[in-house]
Amino acid sequence: MFAALANPLRFMAFSRWAAPILAVAAVALIGVGLVFGLEAPPDYQQGQTVQIMFVHVPAAWTAMLAYACLGAASFVSLVFRHALADQAAKAAAPLGAAFTGLALVTGSLWGRPMWGAWWVWGDARLVSVLVLFLLFLGYLALRASIEDEAKSARAGEILALIGLINLPIIHFSVEWWNTLHQGESILRKGGPALAPVYLLPLLLMGAGYSLAFGALWLARTRAEVWKRRATSLALQVALA
Amino acid sequence: MTHLILSGGKYAAFIWPAYAASVLAFAWMILDTLLRARHWRRRARDLEDDRRRED
Repeated sequence: MFAALANPLRFMAFSRWAAPILAVAAVALIGVGLVFGLEAPPDYQQGQTVQIMFVHVPAAWTAMLAYACLGAASFVSLVFRHALADQAAKAAAPLGAAFTGLALVTGSLWGRPMWGAWWVWGDARLVSVLVLFLLFLGYLALRASIEDEAKSARAGEILALIGLINLPIIHFSVEWWNTLHQGESILRKGGPALAPVYLLPLLLMGAGYSLAFGALWLARTRAEVWKRRATSLALQVALA
Repeated sequence: MTHLILSGGKYAAFIWPAYAASVLAFAWMILDTLLRARHWRRRARDLEDDRRRED
């Protein structure tokens, strides 16, 4: 499937119908997730702040998904010199930055009433997610600062691939270090620690956020394909 | 849902900004993506039309 989509024409034909379908599915999942989430009773320890979980955790999951997509696209672009993969990487970065920023802001708003602090520099989970945010911003700044498209792509790919090491650090930070941030509560031995009344809306929101990222990623990659086409045509006109 | 919307509880000052930030983030991502796609699609099509006319 990925080999077939490597052809820009086939990708444009596929993404033209896939992006709206993903968007509709995302809206439906997020809508249902919000209804269930806002109906969920206050947690016995966290009270009503548990409602923040339904927007914070999916944003954090999607931020990591976005970086994994950025890394995978960068790898394909670096190894196979594929222009569409580079355009996909460029398209993933601003979305990833937005989801990571959202995870940081909502996490801070959750941390203040629960921990008594907006931010804790000694917390490995918080700092590793901040590093993820800086990696996205660094990637965007690097791509914007180098005029030569090929050099800009290579520099971005190397940064994106190096940054992949941060993903397992984020995931395991709550196990490797003592943190204020709560430990793993979904993918853990013995099953999820969350009660179904919280788990269901969280999973619905997580799926919805992921599909929303998918729809936006396809749409932004389409924009990058159009941009490349326009730049190429403008160059042809200038040289004629 | 209504109990939360109406009362908000003592943590409303933290819950609603979190939801507002989410709405703003999604609004920016959707608008920026759609505007960017429309801009470059139009630009490419205009240039294609120019080239066709020249040919």
